[in-house]
Amino acid sequence: MSADASKRKTDIGPPHYEKFLPPIIKENYGHWKYHEILRPGVLVHVAASGARLFTVRAATPRLMSIETLRLFASLADEFCGGYLRFTSRNNVEFLLTEESRIESLMVRLRREGYPVGGTGPSITNIVHTQGWVHCHSSASDASGVVKALMDELFPRFEKMDLPGKVRIAFACCLNMCGAVHCSDIAILGVHRHGPKINHETLGKTCEVPTTVASCPTGAIRPAIVNGKQSVEVIEEQCMFCANCYTVCPSMVLNDPETDGISVWVGGKVSNARHEPMFSKLAIPYLPINPPRWPEVVAAVKNIVEVYASNAQPFERMGEWIERIGWPRFFNLTGIPFTKYHIDDFTHAGESFKRSAQLRHSPGT
Amino acid sequence: MTDRKHATPLLDELEKGPWPSFIKEIKKSAKSPMVQDLLGLLERSYEEKIGHWKHGGLVGVKGYGGGVIGRYSDLPEEFPEVAEFHTVRVNQPAGWFYSSASLRTLCDIWERHGSGLTNMHGSTGDIVFLGAKTEVLEKIFSELTEAGFDLGGSGSDLRTPSCCCGQARCEWACYDTMALTHDLTQTFQDELHRPAFSYKFKIKAAGCPNDCVASIARADMSIIGTWRDDIQVDQQALDEYARRGKLDIQRDVVSRCPTRAMAWDGKALSIDNANCVKCMHCINAMPKALAPGKDRGATILIGSKAPIIQGALLSSVLVPFLKLEAPYDDLKELLQAIWELWSEHGKNRERVGEFIQRIGLSNFLEQIGLEPVPEMIAQPRTNPYIYYDVNEER
Repeated sequence: MSADASKRKTDIGPPHYEKFLPPIIKENYGHWKYHEILRPGVLVHVAASGARLFTVRAATPRLMSIETLRLFASLADEFCGGYLRFTSRNNVEFLLTEESRIESLMVRLRREGYPVGGTGPSITNIVHTQGWVHCHSSASDASGVVKALMDELFPRFEKMDLPGKVRIAFACCLNMCGAVHCSDIAILGVHRHGPKINHETLGKTCEVPTTVASCPTGAIRPAIVNGKQSVEVIEEQCMFCANCYTVCPSMVLNDPETDGISVWVGGKVSNARHEPMFSKLAIPYLPINPPRWPEVVAAVKNIVEVYASNAQPFERMGEWIERIGWPRFFNLTGIPFTKYHIDDFTHAGESFKRSAQLRHSPGT
Repeated sequence: MTDRKHATPLLDELEKGPWPSFIKEIKKSAKSPMVQDLLGLLERSYEEKIGHWKHGGLVGVKGYGGGVIGRYSDLPEEFPEVAEFHTVRVNQPAGWFYSSASLRTLCDIWERHGSGLTNMHGSTGDIVFLGAKTEVLEKIFSELTEAGFDLGGSGSDLRTPSCCCGQARCEWACYDTMALTHDLTQTFQDELHRPAFSYKFKIKAAGCPNDCVASIARADMSIIGTWRDDIQVDQQALDEYARRGKLDIQRDVVSRCPTRAMAWDGKALSIDNANCVKCMHCINAMPKALAPGKDRGATILIGSKAPIIQGALLSSVLVPFLKLEAPYDDLKELLQAIWELWSEHGKNRERVGEFIQRIGLSNFLEQIGLEPVPEMIAQPRTNPYIYYDVNEER
């Protein structure tokens, strides 16, 4: 064993967080009394000691260059004694003790292209996946859709004029890294058929047993095709998860002709008022249309606008829809209701309407 | 400005507009030849409407089975610098707090050995380094550990636990989320780095029922802060909310209580605390006047996951209330009992939520040594297909 190898450190875990806490947090840890939103993107937390901690929340695109992280580090040095944090929705938060410096930090952040907002009843950053930047099973890019959408929804980030929070999430296939399935609006890339098998290359590039075993539903069987060792897929058993493509590049799932984007609404994770709930299907298919995905942007903006002008204060998307009913949701948004909206998976019957409680209106 | 190897007219469109641009970010690191080829490959995806990545190949650092995800371009001849473009997951500090010095250290390591592109942070919570070649993985690892950082989880292991900022900056945190998360991460380093489970296992710690880390939707174990005694009321602050009139206390607070546990006569708020389900709405609406009680702890829930295979699940209650005080032996013993059972009897790629559905919650509880309690269910069964244990009942 070389001298270097003997010094090799493993299993040390992450650094202790205490090293990264500013003095005001160390002094008031566990003793915060209340907080207020001073203006969009700016919070004040007041401790039992009377100490006041100001937070300035700015958007990031999640995918960031180290040059940007160095910029944030410099801003933290200049304004926050060298400390900052990130949020669960990929925003960056600068923690200040001097209220008088908030404005100049906000100006600097805006000038550098990182706007301040995302607090209270607003649309904050969209949680999203890797897409074409780094994923093998994506039906669509992720960052591009998020960028195009947030450019359009931007006033909702900088203001707090919605009835409640609108949490939007994007996943580029139904594996849903980041579990978008409980969002006010969930945007989901969809493959719409099983993998197209390249029988010419499969036998040479993949192990048949591994490929067969990779399928979570047992839809792949060994087969001889044109005299070559390959596999076949039972199409009706396939759920387009891309596990087989993960282990075998000859199981091509991505298809630019048929892949698309679906939109889901009414989910939430918070326990406030209504219990947490899943998002439900609003739009089964929209085309992949880079670089700005106009169909997806228009569809999501429409849902946000209809919600904004119809929901009551504090109502989240799902609570509003429960109050007015799904027929009215489809009516108000103008989204066509199709056979795809009716569940046909396990326990589908639980989603059927089993009462006569319907909101009829005369003559319709 | 660095000379550009590939023209990117489609990507350039995404530099316009008010929202921060990921294309601008990628271009900021374009002095790296890897990033030049990434731009070319991504532009190709935008032209062809299809991704150009392959998974696969076992890559990682010596002695670890997780932390690095192999990623390869399917156009290696045209874009040789991204032929290998692996993801390195670096375990974040709890609560995602950093000093500027620690951020710069991470940037310097990543500039020396990789693309210079990051995610702050990945969905599970890790710092994500995007784009490393196989040959540099050991170097990155040794420099990270030298700087006090370690890799996160991947594959069928304990994934990197994560949490909200908790008591560091939130008055609603009902336990110390960051202390718990750090402790669990350190205690279970072996489970985190060496995949030995049936599938992935995620832990997320939320300080209160607002659940800012979405633990109930995306953690196999969701730890959600709550309390058992009465909501604390500051009468003076309540008077102030009433006087200012920006909030209609009857309409916006009292009538939105999910269990109708509140009444308001224009001056005093009476709360039926025994019927309060700790949803947080009234506290969210009037943070200066109301606060969680003093007898604080957490509800432990189990089993949430995304749709693959048998449909998405939300976590369900496993322990209605735990005090959650260091060294957290009760929680650790519970975790180990669950892992032992599920590792032995779970199918390959079966998340613990699906495992519980397959073997039955009652059976699962019996195996891990928990008594059934009504808090675990939304309602008792409605079907009469009961497997009676006749000998035991006689």
